Amino acid sequence: MISMAVVELSRLQFALTALYHFLFVPLTLGLSFMLVIMESVYVMTDRPIWRDITRFWGKLFGINFVLGVATGLTMEFEFGTNWAYYSHYVGDIFGAPLAIEGLMAFFLEAPFVGLMFFGWDRLSKRGHLLTTFMVALGSNLSALWILVANGWMQHPTGATFNPQTMRMEVTDFMAVIFNPVAQAKFVHTVSAGYVCASVFVLGVSAFYLLKGKHIAIAKRSFTVAAAFGLAASLSVVVLGDESGYALTENQKMKLAAIEGMWQTEPAPAGLTLFGLPSNSGRETTHEIKVPYVLGLISTRSLTGEVTGINQLVDTAKVRIAAGIIAYDAVETLKVDRNDLVAREAFERNKADLGYALLLKRFIADPRQADAATIEKAAWSTVPNVPAIFWMFRIMAGLGFAFIAFFATAFAFSSMRRFDARWFLKLALFMMPMPWIAIEVGWAVAEIGRQPWAVDGVLPTFLAASSLTVPQLWTTIIGFTLLYGILAVIEVKLMLATIAKGPERYVPWRPDSPAEPAPDFRAVPAE
Amino acid sequence: MTIPLDYETLRVIWWLLLGVLLIGFALTDGFDLGSAALLPFAGRTDEERRMIINSVGATWEGNQVWFILGGGAIFAAWPFVYAVSFSGFYLAMFLVLSALILRPVGFKYRSKKPDARWRAGWDWALFVGGLVPALVFGVAVGNVLVGAPFRLDGDLRMFYEGSLLGLFTPFTLLTGLLSVAMLVLHGAGWLSLKTQGPVLQRVRLYGQGAAILSILLFAIGGLFVAWSGMGYRVDGVIDPNGPSNPHLGGAVAAAGAWLDNYAAHPWMLLAPILGFVGPVLALLGIRGQRDTLVFAGSSIANVGIISTVGLSMFPFILPSSIDPGSSLTAWNASSSHGTLFTMLICTVIFLPIVLAYTAWAYKVMFGRVTDREIRLNPDFY
Repeated sequence: MISMAVVELSRLQFALTALYHFLFVPLTLGLSFMLVIMESVYVMTDRPIWRDITRFWGKLFGINFVLGVATGLTMEFEFGTNWAYYSHYVGDIFGAPLAIEGLMAFFLEAPFVGLMFFGWDRLSKRGHLLTTFMVALGSNLSALWILVANGWMQHPTGATFNPQTMRMEVTDFMAVIFNPVAQAKFVHTVSAGYVCASVFVLGVSAFYLLKGKHIAIAKRSFTVAAAFGLAASLSVVVLGDESGYALTENQKMKLAAIEGMWQTEPAPAGLTLFGLPSNSGRETTHEIKVPYVLGLISTRSLTGEVTGINQLVDTAKVRIAAGIIAYDAVETLKVDRNDLVAREAFERNKADLGYALLLKRFIADPRQADAATIEKAAWSTVPNVPAIFWMFRIMAGLGFAFIAFFATAFAFSSMRRFDARWFLKLALFMMPMPWIAIEVGWAVAEIGRQPWAVDGVLPTFLAASSLTVPQLWTTIIGFTLLYGILAVIEVKLMLATIAKGPERYVPWRPDSPAEPAPDFRAVPAE
Repeated sequence: MTIPLDYETLRVIWWLLLGVLLIGFALTDGFDLGSAALLPFAGRTDEERRMIINSVGATWEGNQVWFILGGGAIFAAWPFVYAVSFSGFYLAMFLVLSALILRPVGFKYRSKKPDARWRAGWDWALFVGGLVPALVFGVAVGNVLVGAPFRLDGDLRMFYEGSLLGLFTPFTLLTGLLSVAMLVLHGAGWLSLKTQGPVLQRVRLYGQGAAILSILLFAIGGLFVAWSGMGYRVDGVIDPNGPSNPHLGGAVAAAGAWLDNYAAHPWMLLAPILGFVGPVLALLGIRGQRDTLVFAGSSIANVGIISTVGLSMFPFILPSSIDPGSSLTAWNASSSHGTLFTMLICTVIFLPIVLAYTAWAYKVMFGRVTDREIRLNPDFY
């Protein structure tokens, strides 16, 4: 029998390591492209101040980047270490985007990032700009491939179960790559990264403007961040990944949970601004609704219906019943793979096989399930509604706040006014906000996916490795300690670098004067 | 879509690519690991240590991608191997990851403060980040040769019946030390090309020791494999084109079976021969102060020793010691026919491009790290 303690601890560890990894990634995604913009200005205008600007933000980029790389190592192997049955069950599909990510994205990013830091005196201006661009391209491509992988977990297209190998196998690779959920997620996620970096650059620039230090560099950085941030914040909200939510039962369930909507409403459904949803009461009280809006957003039409949780649970019951037939057929085929009756039954019901697996949480053999167990399993498809409801509102609220914030910043920078102290203080206050929005956004997407590891295919509780509770505590405590120490060091170094501020760059040449400025010897810039 | 290559051929190609990735990792990131393991010993002063760190500083990150890509490619092409090995060797994997996590941070953060204690702390972190993965990888390979205590149930769920301490036996410690010696030699080979002055002198000294140790440990390891009774053999009929299900077709433990392939295909003996020739060439290079020969020798040692393990075991990839019938082989542990082909196309397109610009990155950073540049270049770590 599955140990739920192992499953819950495995989820905890994955959440901790993924959320921690994703503290560093968004800044990498956005700052890398901002470096490209800044360095392009340098190459076009040939004004050294833009090189100093690029190098300064590049230094902060580097401190952040290495922790993204370091914690990414854990992610690459964690499916194998902690989700072994998942790795077996869907590795035929899920492994491919991860391998392509390594080949196409990491292998682009990593060799060039070395040259970006070491190549200032060894490459031509254009050559160096090209390396910076490759780093930005590589990191953003890695987001594409990991979201192709994640998109498949949310909306598994192009694959089918093979009873001979007891796993999912690819039938249409193009459907996996061009998965609409993945595409929506990619645009949404990288835009969030661009917002994050823009808020960061704007905040640090505001700090310098408030202190009256490094004014020339701060004004220029402010201007770049305001424009880039405005475009990014519009993109992250307008191209939010809600558009993918009408596609599958689970995505529909996620949408219903976000809205705390238990009953299907006549189209177009209203958008809930406020309410108190409850899983145990199976209702949302004290609702404040805006009519029509939800139907418009999620179905992009006036007639599209948004399905409620109760109706989705009824659908789940039907699919569990069909899944049991498929499960029975698979068990028969294990013994005799040429049994034609079983093969026929399997082919007709294979899309619902995963629903039968939901029963394994309550009973060893799904074929023995009675009506009450099926009812329980159907209700287990409802995720934690209040958590999703509230986290989504935090994320979306912040999303709109970013648009207003960057619109104001853009107006100020267009007017060349960098002295509005209230706004500069607001910019400092805003600095942690993108990280909050991003982390709760991750939680909405992944808690909203529960109880599935892969929507409709494999429940999370079956996906874990056969580990023991002490093993899991060892690694959870170990990673927490290691990550905690590194986080403290990282923040201190960031703050020290910001306090020190930008430096004037004097390129090194093999024939440079023998004696350097004294501080070079003591504190190398990199 | 009809697939122009049959399943068996694709499985052999992906078995070879698995080897290419492991060897690619050892050839590139291997010298970063070795250099880091040598850091506190070959560099005594801060400037000497910075010479070592900056010899790998600009290129190590790209090298590490071989490791990440290795993980991704095993996942995509050999999902059973990915699932069984990483969850089976769970705490060992945690050790490796923790140690490897210290490296990016160590390289980058060490130079951010002039404080001596700060720098000494990161030096030891980098040392751990070099030594521990080298050791654990070797121990893991030893365990793969012996067979791992796992079994698969009817749903192909894996159960592992070993412990972290159980991974360390005299034989696996020997393979672990061999891996350390081989990678330290390779680190010495790289540093011979990139450093100068007292660092270079010490690197040669340590390189000499590592080369002799590699030869000895490889020889003892070989004798152990031949006479200690380890080995597995395919039992009954196995269909190389069959579905990937380890329960189809069997395997049995068979003493000395790891030598079968050499009897059947004598050309394979080239691998162990290179495993000995490499360290000998490196030794000659050190004696004659011919640095290119040292690096060539250490590279050949890597290719020879890793190929020896792969060829000895073929078609086995990860045998099971408690239930040989659950053993993972090239014929029963791969992805589907279609995935193997798609991934091959991706590899054929992208790997040459990757190799081309990686070579360019090395060309830009070509040349020895000098005392002057360490003191004067503001971009150096």
